[in-house]
Amino acid sequence: MRRTSRQDIIEELDKRILVLDGAMGTMLQQYDFQEPDYRGERFKDYHLPLKGNNDLLSLTQPEAIAEIHRKYLEAGADIIETNTFSGTGIAMADYEMEDLVYEMNYESARIARELADEFSKRTPEKKRFVAGSIGPTNKTASLSPDVNHPEYRAISFEELRKAYKEQVEALIAGGVDILLVETVFDTLNAKAALFAIDEVQDEQGIDLAIMVSGTITDASGRTLSGQTVEAFLTSVMHAPLLSIGFNCALGADQLEPYMKRLAMQTNFYTSAHPNAGLPNAFGEYEQTAEEMKSCLESYFEHGLINIIGGCCGTTPEHIKAIVELAEKYKPRKILAESV
Amino acid sequence: MSRNDCQKYLTLSGLEQLVITPESNFINVGERTNVTGSRKFLRLIKESNFEEALEIARDQVEGGAQILDVNMDEGMLDGVEAMTTFLNLIASEPDIARIPIMIDSSKWEIIEAGLQVVQGKSVVNSISLKEGEQEFIRQAKLIRRYGAAVIVMAFDEEGQADTYDRRVEICRRSYNLLVEKVNFPPEDIIFDPNIFPVATGMEEHRKNAVDFFRATQWIRENLPCASVSGGVSNVSFSFRGNQMVREAMHSAFLYHAIQHGMNMGIVNPAMLEVYDEIPDDLLELVEDVLLDRRDDATERLIAFAESVKGTKTEKDKKEQLWRNEPLQDRITHGLVKGIDQFIVEDVEEARQQVKKPIEVIEGHLMNGMNVVGDLFGSGKMFLPQVVKSARVMKKAVAYLRPFIEEEKDRKTQSAGKILLATVKGDVHDIGKNIVSVVLGCNNYEIIDLGVMVPPERIIETARQESVDVIGLSGLITPSLDEMVYVSKEMEREGFDIPLLIGGATTSRAHAAVKIAPQYSNTVIHVNDASRAVTVLGKLLQKDNQVYKEGIRQEYDKFREQFLIRARQKDYLSLEDARANKIDLNWKDYSPTTPKKPGIHQIDDMELEVLKDYIDWTPFFRSWDLHGKFPAILSDKIVGAQATELFADAQQMLAKIIDEKLLQAKAVHGFFRANASGDDILIYDDSQNITDRFLTLRQQLKKRSGVPNIALSDFIAPSDSGIEDYIGCFCVTAGFGTDELARSYEEQHDDYHAIMIKALADRLAEAFAEYLHEYIRKEIWGDDSGESLSNDQLIKEQYKGIRPAPGYPACPDHLEKQTIWRLLQVKERIGVELTESLAMWPAASVSGYYFAHPESKYFGLGKIKEDQLIDYASRRQITIEQARKWLSPNLAE
Repeated sequence: MRRTSRQDIIEELDKRILVLDGAMGTMLQQYDFQEPDYRGERFKDYHLPLKGNNDLLSLTQPEAIAEIHRKYLEAGADIIETNTFSGTGIAMADYEMEDLVYEMNYESARIARELADEFSKRTPEKKRFVAGSIGPTNKTASLSPDVNHPEYRAISFEELRKAYKEQVEALIAGGVDILLVETVFDTLNAKAALFAIDEVQDEQGIDLAIMVSGTITDASGRTLSGQTVEAFLTSVMHAPLLSIGFNCALGADQLEPYMKRLAMQTNFYTSAHPNAGLPNAFGEYEQTAEEMKSCLESYFEHGLINIIGGCCGTTPEHIKAIVELAEKYKPRKILAESV
Repeated sequence: MSRNDCQKYLTLSGLEQLVITPESNFINVGERTNVTGSRKFLRLIKESNFEEALEIARDQVEGGAQILDVNMDEGMLDGVEAMTTFLNLIASEPDIARIPIMIDSSKWEIIEAGLQVVQGKSVVNSISLKEGEQEFIRQAKLIRRYGAAVIVMAFDEEGQADTYDRRVEICRRSYNLLVEKVNFPPEDIIFDPNIFPVATGMEEHRKNAVDFFRATQWIRENLPCASVSGGVSNVSFSFRGNQMVREAMHSAFLYHAIQHGMNMGIVNPAMLEVYDEIPDDLLELVEDVLLDRRDDATERLIAFAESVKGTKTEKDKKEQLWRNEPLQDRITHGLVKGIDQFIVEDVEEARQQVKKPIEVIEGHLMNGMNVVGDLFGSGKMFLPQVVKSARVMKKAVAYLRPFIEEEKDRKTQSAGKILLATVKGDVHDIGKNIVSVVLGCNNYEIIDLGVMVPPERIIETARQESVDVIGLSGLITPSLDEMVYVSKEMEREGFDIPLLIGGATTSRAHAAVKIAPQYSNTVIHVNDASRAVTVLGKLLQKDNQVYKEGIRQEYDKFREQFLIRARQKDYLSLEDARANKIDLNWKDYSPTTPKKPGIHQIDDMELEVLKDYIDWTPFFRSWDLHGKFPAILSDKIVGAQATELFADAQQMLAKIIDEKLLQAKAVHGFFRANASGDDILIYDDSQNITDRFLTLRQQLKKRSGVPNIALSDFIAPSDSGIEDYIGCFCVTAGFGTDELARSYEEQHDDYHAIMIKALADRLAEAFAEYLHEYIRKEIWGDDSGESLSNDQLIKEQYKGIRPAPGYPACPDHLEKQTIWRLLQVKERIGVELTESLAMWPAASVSGYYFAHPESKYFGLGKIKEDQLIDYASRRQITIEQARKWLSPNLAE
């Protein structure tokens, strides 16, 4: 069996709260990349507009991606996420870049790996990890996009499984420590990702840490596909997860009651990476690092958390504040020892 | 009772979570969304009426089901598609999707299709060691990967576990494999240790309940975290028909099973007595049987059961008291109960009280029939009862007729005039006759033109008699086209009356898509007699515009959606479909040579022998009583009626056999054959091709690995060098039916006229079953000494098939002409073909025999234009002729 860092991570988790990095997209906005920047030399004659294809930047602007990772590591993040949120053949179909999926994921993982290793060397007492980000794709397997045909599905389990398998193989080859299935708004999509991960691990004889992070869309307290916190947990707990948690859609405030319910129910480690508050009328996130920090304080007081970070609107400044907070508290204790 | 102290609980989810803890009450699984258990659900799925099918699911959830069992295992359904579609639809109904799904199938591909569309944690029902360890482990690994719990049947390579030791042995082995080899979470394992009937009178069944209880307890104590489930109603099987005993048995069984650790299962709440309310004496007897406490337990319970029936006889005596009631009440009672014993004397008494004899019909008799109509309309009477009522009514009218004619009385006012006909080329009329009787009971004047009625005669009679409604019926597929033709003619002739469509092959889809667009007035599909009354009532009321518009809109909408759905389907070209045929391993196959090739004939089959081969379920269906035999006899709603009908049928059957009222004949033969493309070539002794069967190939695009089948795939190809064979046959039990039915009709006894036809049909099917078995055993089998019960025969658990032209695997009726030519059917046994290729006598069955062990039944489904053209040239007919014959199977 190939060496994996699962045991290393568990050792760290028993000692302290690990901090995940913040938003990639928010940071990229600061570069204000335009169409030619997205294209770079390699895709300058590409037949479709490419602006907005952030995953592609790992190939065309690798320095910028490395710089963002560096800033988060400097802020004290223990785990950085690869720039691969949309790295499946399904999401890349919009740009007709299905053929580049493997390369994008591989390169993104490689860049993050290099930076993490550099910082692990620099601060050996604080090992850094790379989480391969696996997004939900832009299609849902258990919801119909057409209200007149509720039985219709735009994507099948089988198509999702294949797409995820390709992404997972590339991320592993690129050197990630963790596979992070995140922003789950349709649990069936996540189940296809977990199916693919299990297949790959079985084929390669490896045992990577797997994190699952769902998204509670609004005050109904349910996922977009209608599941409660408990049902969501039940639907993915067949997988040998490292952690389960929530991210995106809500700020730390709004997310807290659902984190409480989750933390009570599970023997997995828990994670949260909320947004920097709710967006304003212009879709911008205004919550400052200090504000977010004070919202999160109660997470730690109640012992809800093992892994904490930020999603939309968060910056290295936010992560720095979170690191300061996390250092003050003990990690959540796992309920009962699993049999 | 001690339990292993498992800290992990079986946890499932839909949109919400279900945790099953030791404190949980018994978890009840909703089982009406199961095509094998609910005729209604099956019908709705077959009709793609998903809206109503979802209502059944919703009722289950509202009724307190905590898990919803969904099963689409039916030969004529595309199980994968039905499972996928229905579960997708459930996903969009939050109040149903709330609870976890139990994906129930005996076919792995259907289970996997279900697993791929549920977001929650479901239960797979079921897997077992039946096919060996390798397959068991493979399926379990996948189930784990999909994230579902699993029901494991106590079944292994040797068969189903029927003793305590076998249950323990299989469950232990299954558990160890799952936990150790698959790393399956033990709390996600649910055992079904097989509930079998007790008190059957068989010594080896005495411990069936005790063994189940003990095995359940053993599982809960020795297999940590595992659950136990089962279907309870099996246990009381031998007391079917005796509701009181059965309900007591169920509840006592459940009580003890739960005590021993059974924590979930399928129980019909309507079939359950409250344990505390079981009378003490009955409870003791039931528990003696369940717990095997006395040697004479079974005898004592049977004696009690009979004494319960005895009480009913007392009641019967009491019921004779109705003869003391006032006249109208007696007439009504006679009509409602179908008792014709006193009707003539009652009617005579009534006649003497009125001025004109007609008033007895319009008064006394109509009052009684109105009660019958109301009871029938509200589901409190069933079809066979209504037909018996009609018999009484007809008898009364026949008695009164001479008096009325004497008085030259005016005609009665009818509710409407209805023309009924079985269309040209078709001879089947059981359903039509039932509709005719029921409508007659409801004061409609019926003009029944009989069978094989040409369109001109329908049009002409409808005009002459100025009827209010025309109803067309038919059973074989070419009749569908004939109905379209009649509707076109009605349009051309400027008719402006509603057209009713009914009969076994008709459907709402066909009526909406093919007939309604041809005819401007209302077209409506009515497939059972009880609906016919309501529909006609609405159609013939004065302000019927709203209703008619409603029907029209409903059909327009249905048609639109049907066509959209049809278009969404993907088809392969004929060439690609042929490339995806079943590849049987011909190299290692040596066909069994028939011991007696050539043509054989049976001229006077003994009916007594056939009796045991009857499949009774369709018999009840022809009387609108839905449910599987013998369970139907104890059905909560129709059980009593079904039991009575069954007794009448037995009586008539005995009479038929004793008096040799029907004559059964058969002809069958075996021929050297090889497949060439989709054709099956027939050779004579000198290897000359003498004839050919033309088969049709499925063209609907399948999941990868699933072939596109044609019957020719089951015959060795001509280039394989293998000398293969095909058989074909025609059986009939119909000679004598028409004469008998007519004599009953002359006595105004529609009940027995319909009964004789229904029984002749059953005997013909039984003959086909018998002959097939005889052939497998004696002429063309592998000599393995097959011994199957009638139940197993009905479930088709044997090698080889006998598909019939006109049915799903081979819908082409023209093939019958080839069979008739090869076997000289008409010359030898006198069964004829009509112009639509229906067989006369109607109670006949014809088909092919395929012997290859992997041959199986399938549905052709829809085919595309390319196959139609190819077929026309193989058949040497024009494309338009081919289109006419194959139209029910052409994709839109």
